[in-house]
Amino acid sequence: MPLLEVNDLRTWFYTRNGTVRAVDGVSFHVEPGETLGIVGESGSGKSVANLSYLGLIPSPPGKIVSGSAHFDGLDLVKAPAGVLRSIRGKRISMIFQDPMTALNPYMTVGNQVMEPLLVHEEVARSEAAERAGQMLDAVGLQDASGEEAHMRAYPHQLSGGMRQRVMIAMALVTNPQLLVADEPTTALDVTVQAQILALIKKMQERLGTAVILITHNLGVIAGTCDRVVVMYAGRIMESAPTRELFYSPRHPYTRALMDSMPSAKSPGEDLYTIPGLPPELTSEIVGCPFAPRCAHAVDACRQRPAVLKPVGPEHQTACTRVQEGGL
Amino acid sequence: MTGASAKSLLSLRDVKTYFPVTRGVLFERTVSVVKAVDGVSLDVSRGEVVGLVGESGCGKSTLARTIVRLEPPTAGQILFEDRDLAALSPREMRSVRPRLQMVFQDPYASLNPRMTVFDAIAEPMLVHRVVRRRESAGKVAQLMEQVGLARRYMKKYPHEFSGGQRQRIAIARALALDPQLIIADEPVSALDVSVQAQILNLIRRLCDERNLTLILISHDVAVVRHLSHRIAVMYNGKIVELGEAEQVCAAPRHPYTKKLIGAIPVPDPDKEAARLRARQ
Amino acid sequence: MPDTMQTGDVTATGDPARPEKGTSLWKDALHRLAKNRLAVGGAVFLAMLGVIALATPWIAPYVYDAQDLKLGASAPSADHWLGTDRLGRDLLTRILYGGRISLMVGFAATGVSLLVGVLYGAIAGYTGGRTDSVMMRTVDIMYALPFTIFVVILMVFFGRNMMLLFLAIGAVQWLTMARIVRGQVMSLKQADFVDAAVVLGYSRRRIITRHIIPNVLGPVIVYTTLTIPNVMLLEAFLSFLGLGVQPPMSSWGVLIKEGADVMEEYPWMLLFPSLALSATLFALNFLGDGLRDALDPRAAKD
Repeated sequence: MPLLEVNDLRTWFYTRNGTVRAVDGVSFHVEPGETLGIVGESGSGKSVANLSYLGLIPSPPGKIVSGSAHFDGLDLVKAPAGVLRSIRGKRISMIFQDPMTALNPYMTVGNQVMEPLLVHEEVARSEAAERAGQMLDAVGLQDASGEEAHMRAYPHQLSGGMRQRVMIAMALVTNPQLLVADEPTTALDVTVQAQILALIKKMQERLGTAVILITHNLGVIAGTCDRVVVMYAGRIMESAPTRELFYSPRHPYTRALMDSMPSAKSPGEDLYTIPGLPPELTSEIVGCPFAPRCAHAVDACRQRPAVLKPVGPEHQTACTRVQEGGL
Repeated sequence: MTGASAKSLLSLRDVKTYFPVTRGVLFERTVSVVKAVDGVSLDVSRGEVVGLVGESGCGKSTLARTIVRLEPPTAGQILFEDRDLAALSPREMRSVRPRLQMVFQDPYASLNPRMTVFDAIAEPMLVHRVVRRRESAGKVAQLMEQVGLARRYMKKYPHEFSGGQRQRIAIARALALDPQLIIADEPVSALDVSVQAQILNLIRRLCDERNLTLILISHDVAVVRHLSHRIAVMYNGKIVELGEAEQVCAAPRHPYTKKLIGAIPVPDPDKEAARLRARQ
Repeated sequence: MPDTMQTGDVTATGDPARPEKGTSLWKDALHRLAKNRLAVGGAVFLAMLGVIALATPWIAPYVYDAQDLKLGASAPSADHWLGTDRLGRDLLTRILYGGRISLMVGFAATGVSLLVGVLYGAIAGYTGGRTDSVMMRTVDIMYALPFTIFVVILMVFFGRNMMLLFLAIGAVQWLTMARIVRGQVMSLKQADFVDAAVVLGYSRRRIITRHIIPNVLGPVIVYTTLTIPNVMLLEAFLSFLGLGVQPPMSSWGVLIKEGADVMEEYPWMLLFPSLALSATLFALNFLGDGLRDALDPRAAKD
C-alpha cells in the first residue's frame, strides 16, 4: 500500500503569455520508508509536481487542473487548506535548495527547530526544547560547550552545510512519514553534499521516513535512491529501480541525459549536448514532448500521445518505440 | 628561471590577498585578517588551459579577482606579459586590461540590464578605440555568430534571453577586445546541466580557434577535468596540488584532493554503493 | 552551428538581416503601470493639470489681480464659478494662477534636489571610503539643521524671492535623495556587471554615468514623484506662515491661509483651494505608488 500515490496530476499556470502546462499528467508513488528520486532539468516540472499536492502553488496563477494525490487514504488535492496545513510540517515535511532563504534570519536555530513541535503537537516548551536539542545533535550540529549554545545560534552564524542540517532537523523533528527534499544539496560544496546525503540516509533509516529526492544531478540519484522517475516537459518519461535505470535505460531522453554528463566523455572530446531546446509549455504538445530533439523519433512519435507503459517488472517508459520493441 | 617566464603568459609569485577585519565605529582598528589567498604561485603557459578547483571559501574566486586587480594584492607579484600587475597604477592597468578578460559566474548579474546586447558588446570596442562607430555593428554581429547567437537579437535586452544565451553574450563581450588570457570564474555553475555542456563546448572551441590561454575556475571537478591541461586544487588560500588533469583526478596525492575527488557523486549505482560501504 | 535560437525562431518569418527590437525593462514597467488604474488616473489628472496650468493665461476668466471691491467676498455664482475673495478677486482665477505657482515650485525644487542629490549620492556611494564618510557626515549635519529656521534666515537675509524659495526647499530635499541614491549605488557596486565594466577598462566616470545611474533611476523616479507632494506641502506651509509667495501672486498655500482665516464666514475660500491641493497630492501619490510597484525588479518577469 503506497504511502503517497499521485495520479494523473496536472498543474497549469494561467499567465499573460498563455497557459503554462507545468505538470501535465504525472503519476508516481512512494512506498513507506523508500527513497524515490525525481530527476529532470529545470522546467521539467519536478518541483511544481511536489509543491502541488502540498498546496504550495500560488493560485492564481497556478491551479491543479486534475488528478489526485492520495496520502495515507486522503486525497490531498481535494483536501481543504486547513487539513493541508495540519499535514505539512507534521506528516509531510519539505526541505529546499537554498538554506539561506529558507531559514528565518531573526529566529535562533533552536526556536526554528522547536516551532514545528509547538505548532503541530501539543507539547510543553521544555519538552519541545529537549527534542529540538536532540534532533540538532542527531543531525550533527555540534554543541561543543555543552550548554545548548548551538540552539542559540542564528542562521547567519552558520555555514551553508550547517544551515541545511538545521533544515533537516526542522523537517524531521515531528517524525514525518514523508520528506520531500527539493534539490537539497545543489547549493552546497561537493564534500558537504556527500555529508548531507549521508545524513538524510541515516535519519531515514532511524526514523523510517520515506524520501522524495528532487534533483537534476544523476550522480546524487545513483548514490541515494531506490527508485527513479525521469521527468521532461511536465511528464514522466521513465520510471524504474535505480540500478535498472542506470544500467539499462529504456528511454532516449534518459540516455541523452546520461550521455551529457562530463564524465561520459574523455577530455578533448566535445561534450554531448541534446540538440534543440525544451518545448514551450504554453502550447499543447501533440505526441511525445521529446520527439523534436530525439535522434530516434519517427512520425508516429510526433502524432501519437506518449503514455507510460511497463516494459519490465517495475520498469515503465513512455517511449512508444521502446514499448513496441523498436529500440 | 628566465626560461620559465619567457614561456609563461602569466606568472603568479607568492600572491597573497588578505582582508582586514575591523572593529570600532569612530576609530577603526584591525583585529584580524582573513587570508583569502595565502601564498599562491603558478605559471600559466600561452595556449594552456589551467583548471582551478576548490570548495567555497578556498580563495579561488578571490585569486581570480586579484589577478584582474578587482582586489588589490597584499603581497606577491602578478607577472603578465612580463609586467607586474600588482605594481601598476590604475591608469596603467587600464591599458593592460584589454588583454586580460574575465567571464563571471552569474549570467543574470554580469550584464547591465539596461543595455542592449549590441551596446554591451560594442562598448568595450568603442571605449578602447578598437573599431569605428560605423563598423561596430558588423563586428558585434561577427562576435555574436562566433558564440552561437543569431545576429538579429542584437537589439534585445539581457532579460529577454535564457541563462545560457546570456553567458554567450558575456563571452562575446569578453572576446571583443581580443584578449590573450581569459579567466572564467564558474562560467557554467549557474546554468542547467544540458546548457552547461553547450557552453563548455563553446569555450573549448574558442580557445582552440584563438589560441587563448584560459584559467577555468569551478567547484565541479568533472567540468574542469574535461577542458583543462593542468589542474590546481586550492584549499584555505593555497594550492595544495598541481598537476596534469588526468593525473590529479585519477591518482590524487594530497589528502584534501583525495577527499574532494572521493566526494563527487558518480552516476553509477554500484560504484556509489561501494563507496558508501567504504566510507562507513 | 548556432544551436541556441529560441524556439520562437523555428517559426519566425521576420527578415533575418534586420535586428529584432527588444523590450527594455522600462517598457515592461510601463506595461505594468498601465494596469494600475489608480496610477493611470493620477497620471491623467496630472497631465490635465499641466495642460491647464500652461493654458491659464488664456483660459482664466479674469486677470489675476482684478479686484471688485464693491462685490467683496461672494459665494459661487454664474459670474464667479468658485466665488470671490474679500477683495472681490475671482477665486477660480486665483486658484488657476496659484496652481501654476505651486506646481512650478513643486517641480523646480524637486528638480534641484534631484540633480544635486543624485550626483552627490552616486559619487559618495561609488567612491566609498573616506570620501564617502566625509560626504555623508556632511549630509547628516545638514539634516540636523532645523529647516524652518534655515529658510527664515535665508528669507531675512536675501529678501522674499521666488528663486530663493526653490533653492531653499531644494536644498533640504536633496539630502534624502542623496542618501537613497548612495544606498542604491553601494548595493549596485557589488553587482557583477559593475565588476565587468572595471575589468573591461572603463573609466570611473563612464561606470557611474552609463552603468550605475541608469540602474538607480528606478527608486529615484519613485522618490521624486513622492517628493513633489512634500515640496508642495512645504511651500503651502511656508505660505501659511507668511514666508512664501507674496500677494497679489498666490499659490495654493497662500489661498489656503487666506481661506483658513475666514473659514467660518466664507467657507468656499478654504474649500476650493484645499480640494485642488488635495486632489493633486492624491494624484501624485497614486502615481508614485504605481511607479514603485511597476519598477520593482522582483515583479519583473524572468
